[in-house]
Order: sequence, then C-alpha cells, then structure tokens
Amino acid sequence: MNLTLYVWRQKGPKDLGKLEQYEAPNVSPDQSFLEMLDDVNEVLIKTGKDPIAFDHDCREGICGMCSTVVNGRPHGGQDRTTVCQLHMRTFKDGDSIYIEPWKAKAFPIVKDLVVDRSALDAIQNAGGYTSCHTGGVPDANAVMISQPAAEYAMDAAECIGCGACVAGCPNSSAMLFTGNKVAQLAALPQGRPEAKARVKAMTEALKECGFGNCTNHYECQAACPKGIDVKFIAKLNREYIKSLLP
Amino acid sequence: MILDGKCPTGPIEQSWDKHRFEMKLVNPANKRKYKILMVGTGLAGGAGAASLGELGYNVHAFCYQDSARRAHSIAAQGGINAAKNYPNDGDSIYRLFYDTIKGGDFRAREADVWRLAQVSNNIIDQCVAQGVPFARDYAGYLDNRSFGGAQVSRTFYARGQTGQQLLLGAYSALCRQVKAKTVTMHPRTEMLDLVVVDGVAKGITVRNLTTGQIESHWGDAVVLATGGYVNVFYLSTNAMGCSVTAVWKAAKKGAYMANPCYTQIHPTCIPQHGEHQSKLTLMSESLRNDGRCWVPKKKEDCEKPAGAIPEEDRDYYLERKYPSFGNLAPRDIASRAAKEQCDDDRGVGPGKRGVYLDFADSINRLGQHTIAARYGNLFEMYEKITDENGYKQPMRIYPAPHYSMGGLWVDYNCMSNVPGLFVLGEANFSVHGANRLGASALMQGLADGYFVIPYTIANYLVTVKPGAVTDAHPEFKKSADEVKGQINKLLSINGKKTVSDMHRALGKIMWNNVGMARSKQSLTAALKEIPALREEFWKNVKVSGSGEEFNQQLENAGRLADFLEFGEMLAKDALHREESCGGHFRVEHQYDDGEAKRDDENFCYAAAWEFKGNDKEPELHKEPLKFENVHLAVRSYK
Repeated sequence: MNLTLYVWRQKGPKDLGKLEQYEAPNVSPDQSFLEMLDDVNEVLIKTGKDPIAFDHDCREGICGMCSTVVNGRPHGGQDRTTVCQLHMRTFKDGDSIYIEPWKAKAFPIVKDLVVDRSALDAIQNAGGYTSCHTGGVPDANAVMISQPAAEYAMDAAECIGCGACVAGCPNSSAMLFTGNKVAQLAALPQGRPEAKARVKAMTEALKECGFGNCTNHYECQAACPKGIDVKFIAKLNREYIKSLLP
Repeated sequence: MILDGKCPTGPIEQSWDKHRFEMKLVNPANKRKYKILMVGTGLAGGAGAASLGELGYNVHAFCYQDSARRAHSIAAQGGINAAKNYPNDGDSIYRLFYDTIKGGDFRAREADVWRLAQVSNNIIDQCVAQGVPFARDYAGYLDNRSFGGAQVSRTFYARGQTGQQLLLGAYSALCRQVKAKTVTMHPRTEMLDLVVVDGVAKGITVRNLTTGQIESHWGDAVVLATGGYVNVFYLSTNAMGCSVTAVWKAAKKGAYMANPCYTQIHPTCIPQHGEHQSKLTLMSESLRNDGRCWVPKKKEDCEKPAGAIPEEDRDYYLERKYPSFGNLAPRDIASRAAKEQCDDDRGVGPGKRGVYLDFADSINRLGQHTIAARYGNLFEMYEKITDENGYKQPMRIYPAPHYSMGGLWVDYNCMSNVPGLFVLGEANFSVHGANRLGASALMQGLADGYFVIPYTIANYLVTVKPGAVTDAHPEFKKSADEVKGQINKLLSINGKKTVSDMHRALGKIMWNNVGMARSKQSLTAALKEIPALREEFWKNVKVSGSGEEFNQQLENAGRLADFLEFGEMLAKDALHREESCGGHFRVEHQYDDGEAKRDDENFCYAAAWEFKGNDKEPELHKEPLKFENVHLAVRSYK
C-alpha cells in the first residue's frame, strides 16, 4: 500500500517545528510502524536529507523507549499496543498518517519525535523503591503474600514508563505512572513501612516536574499500551490522604 | 600465554566463602574517595551500581537509552533460576551447578558456576524485598515453573515479564542511590573508548547522544556491563541499540575476547516475514512447558493447514529424539533439531523455515483459561506480529540469534586481563560455557551485580590510590581525539549505501556462514567476505548530519564499524575450534545421529583472543578448564 505521512520535524529544543509531508510507497501490511518509518528514512538518507529522529529500542513492546503520537493518539491507539508493535495491516492504501511527538511541558522536545522524559526518572528517584540493603534481607518465603495482592501489585508493575499516559492526558498528568509504583509497593508488606513517606515524596516530585493534575478523563488508561487501570490513580489518592493522617 | 582464572583452591563448597574472607576490604570512610564508572544499567550494571553506591563508593553510571530502566534485560520473559528447592523436587546448589556445567557443554569454569548457584538463592530474597511481584500460589508462597535443560522446577517468574520486573527492582535500588547522591546517572551517553594509562583501566571516553559532545570520565575502576553482541547477525532478538562497541573498544585496548564463537540461537522465535524486517521477536522458552514442537512427517503435507494433518502424520521430533527431556531440551539442541527438520524440507510457513509449537493438547487438558493465565501476553504478542491466533492454530516458530555466551575474558574476580577493568553479565564469558540454559541470564546478571562485584572490586581498589589518575592525564585527550577522528571519518565518506544496507549484508554473511551450522568451508568464506565488506563500508557508507547533534545514523554507523571488526574475530574463533560444543556446531564434528561431538583432549579450554589490528592475526591465549567436581561426559538429554 501507499501512504502519505505528515511528520513533526524540529531540529532542536529551541527551534520551531512543523509538519512535513513524506510519501511511504510499497508498505507491506506485515511491517511494523517503525519499520515503515525505517524505510522512509532510508530514502531520506540516500537523497542527502536528514532522517526522521524517533526513539525506539527493543521493538517488542516492553522497553518503553518508543513514543510517538499517531493520528492524534499515543502509540496509534490500538488496544494494548506500543507503536513498535503497531503493524501496518491496521492502515489502508491511500491513508494519510499524522506523526507527532509526545506533547507535554514536562517532556521537552530533543529532536523531531524524540522527547526528554527524565521527569519520569525524577518521580521514581523521589521514592519509588523500598529501602532494602543488598544482602540484609529475609528468605523470600519468610513473608507470605496473598495471591490477589501479588496479582494486584503485578497489574500495577506492568507499567513500561513510556509516558503515553502523560501524552494522552489533556492535563499532561503523570498520575497513572506515579500511581502504578505507589500502588504496587503499597500492596506488598515489603513496601508498607515507607508507604507514607513514599507517596508524599513522589507526589511532590510530580508537581515539581510540571505535570498536571488528574481530572478523571481516563485518557491515560485508553492510551496505556499495557492497559493499566485508572484504579491505581484512586489508590494513589487514597494513599496520599492516608499519609496526611497521623 | 596460559591464562590463570585465579580460582580459589580446596573444596568447591567452601570456595566462595573462603575467597570472600581472603579478599581485602576498603575502609568505610575511604569508599567515597574511590570513583567507579559503571557502563550499562541492565541487570548486572543496574544492580552493581546500586550496590556499590550503597556501600559508599562514588559511582557514575552510563547508558545509551534515555533511562536506566530501559536496558534490554527488560525483555527477558520466562524467569530466573535459583536453587531454593521450594517445590521439594530434589533441587540443590549442587544440582543447579551441575545442570549449568552440563548445559554449557563442559566449557565453563567450575568455581564461577558454583558461586553463581550458591548466590542464586540470595537473589530471589533480594528481589522479593524490593517488591518484585513474583507469581505466588494461593497459600501466598512463591511459585515455580520448569525450563529447558533441568528436570526440577526452579524457575521463579512474574507472568511473561520476569526480566522487566527484575530490572525495575534493580532500577528502583539505583533510584534510591541517585537520590542519596552516591550514584550519578548519565543517560543517553555511549561509551566510545576505554582509557588505559600504563596498562591500567582509568577511564572512558563517551559521546553525549543528545548534544554530540565527546566527554572524558576518569575512574579508579571501570566496570562494563554492556550486554551481548548477537546483533552482529543483524536480525536477532536483541534491542536495536545493543552492540559490541563498549566491549570491542576495550578489546582494542588490550582486553582479551574469550570464546566469541559461542552464540546462542534461541529455538522459539517468530519466523522472519520479509526483507525489511528490523528485528526478530522471541517467544519465551517457558512456552515449551505446555507447547509441543512438531512438523509434518511427509513433505507434501507442509503446505496444508496444520489442522488438516492427522495425528499419525505429525513428527513430534523433540519428544522422539529426546524422550527424557522432550520439549524441554536445551536451547542449542532444540534449535538444531528445528533446523534439521527444515533442512529435511519439512518446515512450515513462508519459505518453509518454521516449525509448529502446538498448544492444542494443553488447552484440551487444562483449558484455554489456564494457558492464557500462564502465557496470555505471549499469545497476544504473537497475534500482533503474525495476525494469527495461537489458541486456534499452532504457532510457527524458528530459531534466531539471542544471546552471547562468549565475552571479555575475566578472572574469578570478574576482572579482565587489563587491571581495573571489570566485566559483568552477558558482556563477560564466565559461567555459561558453550550454551546457556534458560532463565540463567537473569541469574548471572544479578549475581554479578549484587553479590560478586561489591566484594571483588574492593580487593582491587585497595591496591590503587584514589584519584591518582584523572582526566588531566594526556591519555584522555588522546582517546577523545581518536574518537573525534573516527566520527569525522564516518561523516566524510558520503558514499552510496546506508548503515542498514551494510548491516543487513554483514548479517547475511554471519547467519549463512557462522550461524547454527558452521564448517571450515563456510567459515573460510566468511573470513574473505567480512574484510571485503568492511573495506566497502569505509569507502561507501553514507552518514548524514553532523557529529555535534542528536544523530542516530552516526550512532549506528559507529556500532556497525565495530561489528565489522568483531565479526571477523568471531569467525576466526569458530574456525579454530575444531569440535562441536553447545551453540558452536561444526558439521565436521558430529556423531552419526547428528549430536555435537566435543573434543576434550584438544579443546577443553577457554580461547581468549588478543586483538592485534585488523591486518594482523589475533593472538590466542588459552585458559585450560579443569573439572574436579563434575565428570566430563558426553552431554545427553535422551
């Protein structure tokens, strides 16, 4: 199939960007979206033009590096799919595709479709851990964890940290990202002792990094390539309120 | 030269404990004076940086991704081994040790493998304390599953995303140290040279991938945890950015490369679909717990839909050839068996390079719900890529390059032959021999990072005055100039072929000649073709843009330049090793039934190659392997 692309091109963080038009001929339905972009880039390189910069790495939907808004939807809007796992069979011959970077104040653009997501690391650095020492810990089966609690923690822990939740949210909120870590660790006995300090520190970092608040649009859940439930935002709020109580 | 791994002597059960006591310690007040550079933040690097930071060292950690959380350890699916014996099925440290030695086809060091098996149990404890949500049974205890090459269930798992959960555990420990300011993170930074001063590793030269700036970093020790090199095959299950670059730059500065020909071709990957494919996707080995591998018995059935082939016309070749391990035969054996069926013209799918992995029996026995609970995300991934439903028709799989057992040579302390240069995880050669068992990569990465390097590095650091050499030393400027020189050269060629064109060409040479089956003829051919391609690369590659900006083509070009040198060494090692063992299969050396034929008399050693320049032969150094606790035997899974 033959496609027309409109791609956001921006030389650097301080430059003005704009959408530019490219043709993508002879696209195979079995190609992934990023393989289609690879082919467009090959032509650009051979004709002496600057190829489109985009983040990607594992190309199997788990590293969270890829981060592209396709036709207005983070990762292209296919259910539970990162853009690297989006395949061209979901498009039709003659389609026009708009390709843009994550857009959020907390994610400055580096180049073209590449953004700086170090704000997500900053949230995690603030308290997204248990303070256990390497070595000095009890046997793994010494503390039992009920199966539903482990499953609940795993549901939250599936987050790949791609930032689609932020890109999809009209407020550029990272509450789903933060809620995932808070909920995972709050559900486990190993995470309880620091639960109050953790939720306070991570929420504070969330504000400092310039992310917005949650106003219940649920766009984050729709955009999340792992389909993570907004119930973890509710959990974040509950944990936060609990942390204010004596 | 004969290399000495400096392994402890005496009974193996006490070797690590005795060694730990004998090693020297760094006084707590002195630790912060030592600066350690950690390159790579996967399981080994992330765990190592966090643990060293917690001890009080001044750690600088580097990764090419935009965050430490994205290293390719994250893609490991199935699980992590440990000798806990929670299921009461007869496991022990000794059994894990034995299985790993045998799984590696008797080409690993006993003492290193023993230590790995011993600390495996600590790893599970550590991860649980970090909040890693491992699978649990209804009583709240940890659950286990089986993996290839073992007859016990010793694999701990977190759905089909064990690597992700373990990496996020290590990353969270790292975050804690970043907050404590013991670790400084340098994301989007790629190591492009090792700085060696008077024969000792003292720093690295890196490129800031955002600005393009070349920077020098000095350290009292340099630790490489930069993963494996199977992207030398172009198509592999590795991430796009995985490269041999950091390791190869160290090799060019004098570190020996050990057993580069030991590459793992993983049996269960989604077959290639076309020329423009950029990578191959792995389907976890754990699928072989419930999936059965088969091909049609008759060639004429290969074009028919799987459902139209009656039971009696199916060849469950793994169960037929290896009745005691069946579908859970180790990876090298399962891969070769799949290739054998396809070479016999009984493969399925496009190009007939594929075999079936069939879940029908398990679904009948356990119900689709149970299979979905175990592997749901893998079925989903399979469907996204192939547009086929694995519950309704068998999956099609084919082997693909996945892991490198070879790597930089290290002694028992994980230190290379260059003093001050340590190598952890997949980047070193130490524990997997000629074949790695499933769920053992995660175990090694975390063992090296959490429980080995924190002890062994101290033993080295006490011999060094902290900060004695800094980036003011002229070697740093020399190294930075060399790096800039190579970048300018790459940008000035302005040829006709793209980096991808040429990487694909290298991949074809490697896969066809140095892949699953190697012969003197194919290797000799590769050794002609690789230097020719390298020459063409330096004349005809096209890299646009400049060095002083975010430039992904330039990054890829630098990585390919290193693969083009390293690939030749890999082929040379394969040519020299006149035996078949593990992932290294020489067609000249096999038994009548096609099993690998080892030659213990002549090749029971680790081959450590010293790079002497592209136009010179590398020099071979041997480390003889001694087996005092395991009897050298023909490796059989029948």
